Amino acid sequence: MKFDKPAGTNPIDRMAVVGRPTPRIDGPLKVSGKAPYAYEQQDVPGKPAYGYILGSAVAKGTISAIDTTRAERAPGVLSVVTHRNAGKLGKGRMNTAHLLAGPKVEHYHQAVAVVVAETFEQARAAASLINVDYARESGAFDLAAARAGAKDATGSDAPTSVGDFAGAFASAGVQLDQTYTTPDQSHAMMEPHATIAAWEGDSLTIWTSNQMINWGVKELAATLQMPPEKVRLISPYIGGGFGGKLFLRTDAVMAALSARAVKRPVKVALQRPLIPNNTTHRPATIQRIRIGCGSDGRITAIGHESWSGDLEGGGPEAATQQTKLLYAGANRMTALRLAVLDLPEGNAMRAPGEAPGLMALEVAMDEMAEKLGMDPVAFRVVNDTQVDPEDPSRPFSQRNLVRCLEEGARRFGWNRRKAPGQGREGRWLVGMGVAAAFRNNINGKSGARVRLDRAGGVTVETDMTDIGTGTYTIIAQTAAEMLGVPLAKVTVKLGDSAFPVSAGSGGQWGANSSTSGVYAACVKLRDMVVGKLGFGPGDAQFEGGQVRVGNRVADIADAAKGGELVAEDTMEYGDLAKTFQQSTFGAHFVEAAVDRYTGETRIRRMLAVCAAGRILNPISARSQVIGAMTMGVGGALMEELAVDKRFGFFVNHDLAGYEVPVHMDIPHQDVVFLDEADDKVSPMKAKGVGELGLCGVGAAVANAVYNATGIRVREYPLTLDKYLDRLGEVA
Amino acid sequence: MRPFTYEKATSAQDAAAKAAAMPGARFIAGGTNLLDLMKLEIETPSHLIDVNGLGLDRIEEIDGGGLRIGALVRNTDLAADQRVRKDYAVLTRALVAGASGQLRNKATTAGNLLQRTRCPYFYDTNMPCNKRKPGSGCAALGGFSRQLGVIGTSDACIATHPSDMAVAMRVLDASVETIRPDGTTRAIPIAEFHTLPGETPHIETALEKGEMIISVALPRPRGGTHIYRKVRDRASYAFALVSVAAVIQRDGKGAVALGGVAPKPWRVEEAEALLPQGPKAVADRLFAGARPREDNAFKLTLAQRTIASVMAEAKA
Amino acid sequence: MTEGYGAISRRDVLKTGAAGAAIAGSIGPGQAALAQPDPAAPPRAAVGLKVNGQAVRLDLDTRTTLLDALREHVKLTGTKKGCDHGQCGACTVIVNGRRINSCLTLAVMHEGDEVTTIEGLGTPESLHPMQAAFVEHDGYQCGYCTPGQICSAVAVLEEIRAGIPSHVTADVSKPAPMTTVEMRERMSGNICRCGAYSNIAEAMADVAGVKA
Ligand SMILES: Cc1cc2nc3c(=O)[nH]c(=O)nc-3n(C[C@H](O)[C@H](O)[C@H](O)COP(=O)(O)OP(=O)(O)OC[C@H]3O[C@@H](n4cnc5c(N)ncnc54)[C@H](O)[C@@H]3O)c2cc1C
Ligand code: SF4
Ligand code: FES
Ligand code: FES
Repeated sequence: MKFDKPAGTNPIDRMAVVGRPTPRIDGPLKVSGKAPYAYEQQDVPGKPAYGYILGSAVAKGTISAIDTTRAERAPGVLSVVTHRNAGKLGKGRMNTAHLLAGPKVEHYHQAVAVVVAETFEQARAAASLINVDYARESGAFDLAAARAGAKDATGSDAPTSVGDFAGAFASAGVQLDQTYTTPDQSHAMMEPHATIAAWEGDSLTIWTSNQMINWGVKELAATLQMPPEKVRLISPYIGGGFGGKLFLRTDAVMAALSARAVKRPVKVALQRPLIPNNTTHRPATIQRIRIGCGSDGRITAIGHESWSGDLEGGGPEAATQQTKLLYAGANRMTALRLAVLDLPEGNAMRAPGEAPGLMALEVAMDEMAEKLGMDPVAFRVVNDTQVDPEDPSRPFSQRNLVRCLEEGARRFGWNRRKAPGQGREGRWLVGMGVAAAFRNNINGKSGARVRLDRAGGVTVETDMTDIGTGTYTIIAQTAAEMLGVPLAKVTVKLGDSAFPVSAGSGGQWGANSSTSGVYAACVKLRDMVVGKLGFGPGDAQFEGGQVRVGNRVADIADAAKGGELVAEDTMEYGDLAKTFQQSTFGAHFVEAAVDRYTGETRIRRMLAVCAAGRILNPISARSQVIGAMTMGVGGALMEELAVDKRFGFFVNHDLAGYEVPVHMDIPHQDVVFLDEADDKVSPMKAKGVGELGLCGVGAAVANAVYNATGIRVREYPLTLDKYLDRLGEVA
Repeated sequence: MRPFTYEKATSAQDAAAKAAAMPGARFIAGGTNLLDLMKLEIETPSHLIDVNGLGLDRIEEIDGGGLRIGALVRNTDLAADQRVRKDYAVLTRALVAGASGQLRNKATTAGNLLQRTRCPYFYDTNMPCNKRKPGSGCAALGGFSRQLGVIGTSDACIATHPSDMAVAMRVLDASVETIRPDGTTRAIPIAEFHTLPGETPHIETALEKGEMIISVALPRPRGGTHIYRKVRDRASYAFALVSVAAVIQRDGKGAVALGGVAPKPWRVEEAEALLPQGPKAVADRLFAGARPREDNAFKLTLAQRTIASVMAEAKA
Repeated sequence: MTEGYGAISRRDVLKTGAAGAAIAGSIGPGQAALAQPDPAAPPRAAVGLKVNGQAVRLDLDTRTTLLDALREHVKLTGTKKGCDHGQCGACTVIVNGRRINSCLTLAVMHEGDEVTTIEGLGTPESLHPMQAAFVEHDGYQCGYCTPGQICSAVAVLEEIRAGIPSHVTADVSKPAPMTTVEMRERMSGNICRCGAYSNIAEAMADVAGVKA
């Protein structure tokens, strides 16, 4: 099915199931420990051996010698796989660095070897018996130092320019020119990257933890240089990904290589201390923002440049993305500049681009509002735009940013906000901050298969994944709505490459795209049902387990009397995303308190108001947003991979060193969804929320800290060492 | 983790004797630090002597005043003990500021005192570290040292001791009671228990080979206001950037010790005499001769401000 | 200010680079002197546990943690491994009535102990009230931290009822009150990267019968 004109009325509009707060259908399994994650799969052919990965001790260089003999002789060891015996390996298109080092080492903790043994304990012990000699090379590890040599990004990341930015900025009555930095961040999902691999002849099955089944199949096949048809990838439950599991990672490759070497299944989980350096991370940025305004507060010039680094062949952190679209202004420019760094591979982490981009832009907006003497909400409202500011012929499909801001301000008690440094409660300095949230909507081609059985039961199969997003439930809701059956009648099977290819989970495209795929398959199934029932043409109603055309009625199950009905279809998209700019919007409000003695920050209240099209399941959508808000607090206050610029690695590479928020950091959170349905995006009329919830949170926190203290910090995270000396004397 | 044999000790003296006699033997109590380090092969014992179940998990009153805390008393139980809460609240406060509920349920008095540094380079066996591998160098010097020490450190090592409990014990003038392999016992004042790194950062305490902690004695209660203030980047489940343990009397006199700044709980008795002169005087004396790094110089400011906060709280 | 104070300058680092390579040679082991690997099989020991009310006898490599014993030997995979180093709380189980991190304890140290895992609290068909509250309040997303959160949550309510103080207890000489702040502090050893904290707090408040 192709979606190429705005959706008319369709069965989803009834919203008898879709849009209703629906507890997760996979919930009882998850809360009772019965949902099997990758490393826990039991239906593996044969008893798996255990693999343990050895990471490189140097950031850059060559393995000059590697001696595995002692490891091989250690008790229980079945094999040691290194680049010398792994056979020729290819590389996935989306991997920048290789997933097995040797002889070249491209980054710290890059996998150098995997030891396979009968038990986990044996494999771990033997890994330390491998002797590796490295010829270490010097590398570039310091973004600030590499900034001067950075090059303009190309392709869709190339610089943009509209009007005369330089001229307009120079002549603007009020100007802001500031530089902000965001650090390298780690996904730190709770489930480590893990895989069980098993070969049967030349066919490979892997149970793994991956957001994108089809990418995973292709990339693994490319890496192992085998036909993708011979790879089966199964990933029904994923313990968090946040972009860190979008791509093939070394656990899958090492498990497959080991299983081939020892001729039995092998399970491999990345050890936690390897994860930050072995896998991908969100790259650090240096961002320069210039805004010029008239005294009426209207933006006349807006410029955003961002510098980031990556391994040779990698890409930039697209931190200027939102600046192309968020605010009006006739004269504008953006530029992404990329430096080559020899740190581990940078790549997508939840809301790549916008998350760090808005951390800077929305602080700049706060600073500009202050310069103008305007309320930060009012300043954003004045600069709203209903068209793509780079191409005013393109309207937004739907844009309710202003309502988000105004509704949020009202609910949050924004009018009680005091001047910077004026809010005081005992030893606490208290303040409020706001930031706009913005993230583009992306639709992906997505397929599904729907089965109707004799008992009227419906089964949906798609290779779509549920990474905590609530996919199982919204897909069940969609099928139930389309076929007029109770939710309990729907079974959802996900995360298996044997199922139709879906859009996968990433870029907040998952919910809308995958349910649209299910919609398409259900439309087909509805036609089959009506045909089977011999109802002839007419407007079929599917409701209460029955099908009605005119005054003819039958149980839906009757259609499958003669055998299961199976429909499969894929939703594809026409040009609507070109004609209309499709984006999601929100406003974040934060109240923060800063200890005037120690500078410790506590978040007291948080509110997000989101405009993201139809909300398919308010329960799981809300969870996506509160989770993102939590990650935003982490990014604002504590998260930073500390770079050792001499040795070239992230030093704090475990969960004690890389601090993410804990329960005590997070207050009660409020989320409001505006009642919307965007008919330009899909028949579901829904957009994403999972990343929107993160966009702007960091800036709202930073702005609240500024409002509390009167101290502006432009380097994230806002740890107390950055402003302690400016907090004022204490007796 | 290297293979090891395992036995349950039958008595404290038996444990001490075995630990001295068997090369590579170590005591294991809660295991929360030792096993963490064994997994990374930072610790590589070949024999573990389990000292649980020896009856060392009791808290008893000492004749003439004071408390004797068994070496195996869990951090949770010590914090929750009514006598500790009433008379040594700084200890309860320090304990509950440390680690997590789960860890405190396992962590023991002795193990907590003997936990090793959280220096990230100590934890990464690819890095030179004089503490882990004497003579290999110190990667933290010139590296990421935000968490590390500002005073009492040496050119060989700038690590801090991470315990919260020990800081409170220092302010309470606790003493560590041990048994040696030959069956003799001794009491080591907490001030002398942890040693400064000097040239030998791998030596961290005054304990001799095989010597086992059996208890920690607290002197008679001293009254006063008990405060433990721990400053960290997140609100819980994190090691201190700086912590301050204080027992402040009504007349403004008192005792103050700091965590997060030095290789041992940092207390300078002469600084306490300056309490009436305010936090700056106290901090200046506490940190006389400090040698901060660029990354952690803020700890000096933070320590002073935290002391100010504690003094204000004590007055309130 | 501290240049020259034992600092490694950039040039030195590169020199250490050579030494670093030498260090690297013995890096895997991480220690100066390497004992010859023992060719004999690693020591084993027998241990008897009571897991969710059922007696279990295991013969284990002494290095096996309680977590790996549960997951890899008893095949109870509800208890999760998030870090294996006491840094996340995913492995939380209740042993003799107390919650602990099962990754930082050896199975052989638990002879005769009663271990309750998430599977022992309730089943999908018959959920424990805390499990049911997590479903109702959506106290999870990916579900990986969830078994640990639930085991902890159950134990936390008991800890508060038992009067055990916490970091946020205003007056430690008195029993701690049953409040959400107390719960949030005590739950802080269970990290949820999906960020379900606000909902978990509501689930717990619901079970405890207090206002979130
Ligand atoms: C993620 C994490 C966060 C933490 N946060 C904090 C924190 O914020 N504050 C804090 O203070 N601590 C913190 N800790 C550390 C924790 O408190 C210690 O791990 C714990 O106290 C160690 O006690 P244990 O009984 O488990 O020691 P074990 O691991 O059993 O032993 C530690 C050492 O003591 C030796 N030993 C044990 N008993 C004796 C004895 N009787 N005599 C002689 N030697 C003995 C052992 O041989 C070993 O070398 C944290 C730990 C982790 C993992
Ligand atoms: S500071 Fe001490 S513990 Fe850290 S690397 Fe240096 S010697 Fe090792
Ligand atoms: S797995 Fe035990 S605390 Fe993380
Ligand atoms: S639900 Fe995913 S980490 Fe908590």
